[in-house]
Amino acid sequence: MELTKLSPVEIQKRLQSILPRVQKPGRYTGGELNQIVKNWEETPTRVALVFPDIYDLGMSNLGLAILYDLINQRHDALAERVFSPWLDMETAMREAGLPLYSLETKHSLLDFDIIGFSLPYETLYTNTLNILDLGNVPKLSRDRAPDDPLVIAGGHATYNPEPMYQFIDAFVIGEGEDVIHEIIETYQEWKGRSRSRNGLLLALAKIWGVYVPSLYEAKYGEGGTFKHLVKLHNEAPVSVTKRIVPKLPTPTTRFIVPYIDTVHNRIPIEIMRGCTRGCRFCHAGIVTRPVRERTVDEITSAIESALRYTGFDEIGLLSLSSSDYTNIVDLVHQVSERYKSNHLSISLPSLRIESVSVDLMNAIQRPRRGGFTLAPEAATEKMRQIINKPVSTAQLLDTAREIYSRGWTTIKLYFMVGHPLENLEDVQAIADLCKAVRAEGRKVIGKKTRVHAGVSTFVPKPHTPFQWVACDTVDQINIKLNLLKRELRTPGIKLTWNNPEETMLEAWLSRGDRRLSDVVFHAWKRGAKFDAWQDQLNFQAWMDAFNWVGLEPAFFTHRHRPLDEVFPWDHINTTVHKKFLVEDYQWSTRAETRVDCRDQCFACGILPTFADLRRQNPGKVWQCPDVKSKRPRSKNEFISLESVIDAS
Amino acid sequence: MPADQLTPAIRLRITFEKNESMRFTSHLDLHRAWERTVRRAGLPLAYSHGFNPRPKLNLASALPLGFTSDCELIDIWLESKIPVEDIKSALESAQPPGLKILDIEVIRLDAPKLQKQIQSSEFLITILDFIPDLANQLKTLLEADSIIRTRRGKDYDLRNLIEDVSYLSTNDESHQQFSLLLKTQANATGRPDEVLAELDIPIQTAKIKRTQIFLNNN
Repeated sequence: MELTKLSPVEIQKRLQSILPRVQKPGRYTGGELNQIVKNWEETPTRVALVFPDIYDLGMSNLGLAILYDLINQRHDALAERVFSPWLDMETAMREAGLPLYSLETKHSLLDFDIIGFSLPYETLYTNTLNILDLGNVPKLSRDRAPDDPLVIAGGHATYNPEPMYQFIDAFVIGEGEDVIHEIIETYQEWKGRSRSRNGLLLALAKIWGVYVPSLYEAKYGEGGTFKHLVKLHNEAPVSVTKRIVPKLPTPTTRFIVPYIDTVHNRIPIEIMRGCTRGCRFCHAGIVTRPVRERTVDEITSAIESALRYTGFDEIGLLSLSSSDYTNIVDLVHQVSERYKSNHLSISLPSLRIESVSVDLMNAIQRPRRGGFTLAPEAATEKMRQIINKPVSTAQLLDTAREIYSRGWTTIKLYFMVGHPLENLEDVQAIADLCKAVRAEGRKVIGKKTRVHAGVSTFVPKPHTPFQWVACDTVDQINIKLNLLKRELRTPGIKLTWNNPEETMLEAWLSRGDRRLSDVVFHAWKRGAKFDAWQDQLNFQAWMDAFNWVGLEPAFFTHRHRPLDEVFPWDHINTTVHKKFLVEDYQWSTRAETRVDCRDQCFACGILPTFADLRRQNPGKVWQCPDVKSKRPRSKNEFISLESVIDAS
Repeated sequence: MPADQLTPAIRLRITFEKNESMRFTSHLDLHRAWERTVRRAGLPLAYSHGFNPRPKLNLASALPLGFTSDCELIDIWLESKIPVEDIKSALESAQPPGLKILDIEVIRLDAPKLQKQIQSSEFLITILDFIPDLANQLKTLLEADSIIRTRRGKDYDLRNLIEDVSYLSTNDESHQQFSLLLKTQANATGRPDEVLAELDIPIQTAKIKRTQIFLNNN
């Protein structure tokens, strides 16, 4: 049945007959505690916040929860939630002619002014198209009429927005807390006086952190490599600098409490943004700079308030590297003391491989639920130097022994295969290290010892020191995984790994250019969706799409890129200079490491760009050195000069 | 004595409504919703002892997904004695939109478990697509000696689980209703959706609400 624009009453009515027939209908009803329902008619600007996967995952997305809170605090705007229906629900909706709707008021997607997608990873791209399709929103930006919703997207994947350029009207590059207000206000101003969609897009492009792809055209050189972007409009900026909030705002605490089980049933509190470690494979470590911390007081009062609002019994203290939060010991002790009679569990992800981490977990995890996770990422010291995660094997084994002797029986070890300069000996070392950890455990607790090795495949990411390197082929990955499967078929060790085909998909899209948007479109048309779900990935649809579009997948993944190649994402300025990345990459080839940049500033580029912001927020708020000099900066302070593109 | 070693001081029996916004919340998730409600209310929920302490909450009987109810029962144990009026107002300010507290009484700490006391449940069925001879069909159902059905690979006699059926309204198309009194005991629980299936009424064309739970008095 053709999907039509239905009223909320009609949508509600049709849902009645559908919901009893689908799995987990609680995903599709809304109405939870702390949901915000505003008066639709009286609120001028209506925003649909979309996480393009199912409710169970989307409800655990902190970014969306923050934006929901911020938008709904405005008197002149409302935000409602939209998620992907699971396959059975999609079929039922299409049969019943039911368009995709918001959980709060059951308005169809087409009724909203702005549709904002959260795109933290690339395997959500086909779901994004599917959602537009289910909502009757034209999938291509250029086909949208002035009355159609404005479609925007943000999240870590959008630091290379190009593979989605045809579908998204405007991308938010960077942090959303401040820019969302400017986007809403710009939209309101435009709606009040103009009907030209281009006028809106041009106005949006002037906001710090907003990228409007339709204002540019891509040019390619011989051999199909990207050459440069050409501005199609005088006023389009030559590059787009990521948005940051100078100081982390007060944490969101009034979280919606789902009526059904979701992936994380906990209060997420971000204690720190950014990471000073400089692991060379890590995209988040580059794009979330500078490191900004919240104070212990801010965090503890947020926990107190969130517990009152939600009644959750678990707190996740989130950051890219918990051990590096300056007052981590103090924080953990305060929280565990304060709530020790409340049966509250605390999770602390991403701990460093050292005995302090064991002390921290010892303070918060009683009884020992699950395993203790360590992420050495590579098994030889040389390889760990290459990726700049320098921890010695002796220190790792000491930490493992400490963990087993403090009552844990399982250690989870995370590794990647496919690092630059890796050979089969380095892979063999993963198996050897797992066995060495098991041996440490057996000394302390005997046969109860368990090791769980989680092995994923390295995917080179844009804006990182490894953006030039080739990704392993499926054959190379399989040789490495087969070696591990053979070596680790042994008592007490469990191995899990990622599907190499999913790795390929992530690899194509991570460093893809605009031409990949045709591939995304055709893969979706051939049935690709829920690509992040191992059992749903339709690899053939992707291969057919590449074939149809006439592109060679290996071009995007297995090619070693020359250092002077211009990248399709060079106009997106993370403010970490390309020359810093080049240098860091060259250091990696000599296995030279950098220390934590809290100890020594390597002038990555953050401070020159954001000197004024740093000056206004001195001291411990940032972990970068203070900026003393007072230099007046021009209006173009956020335009980096290195990533200037040929605008002729 | 450390807090997690306290013995419960008070046991409450709460009658509550599970309404439209929570009709698709499963038994397990309902349990969790209650746990969170008590935590939000700031009441000192008692926990079981042992290696993995669990909150002491006990729901009477699982309500199948999609049903509503205005008579659900839950027992909750608290670690300290608090006046019932205070408990009631604390819970009311913390209840999610899908739950509504109707009544709270303090019962003996050693009273039998709800599952041991529950005998039968009454359900109200509202039919959305008018069925002309529904009254007759219900009569036939009640007159049958046995109704053998298969559920999860096992044959059982549905008729044994039906205590009463009554047709409630005349030919008002929008409010065709009947009530069902079904056994609700361990190993002998009648399901309204099984009765609907026997009558060939598609589940999505009916609304089912539990209206009463009958307990024995010991």
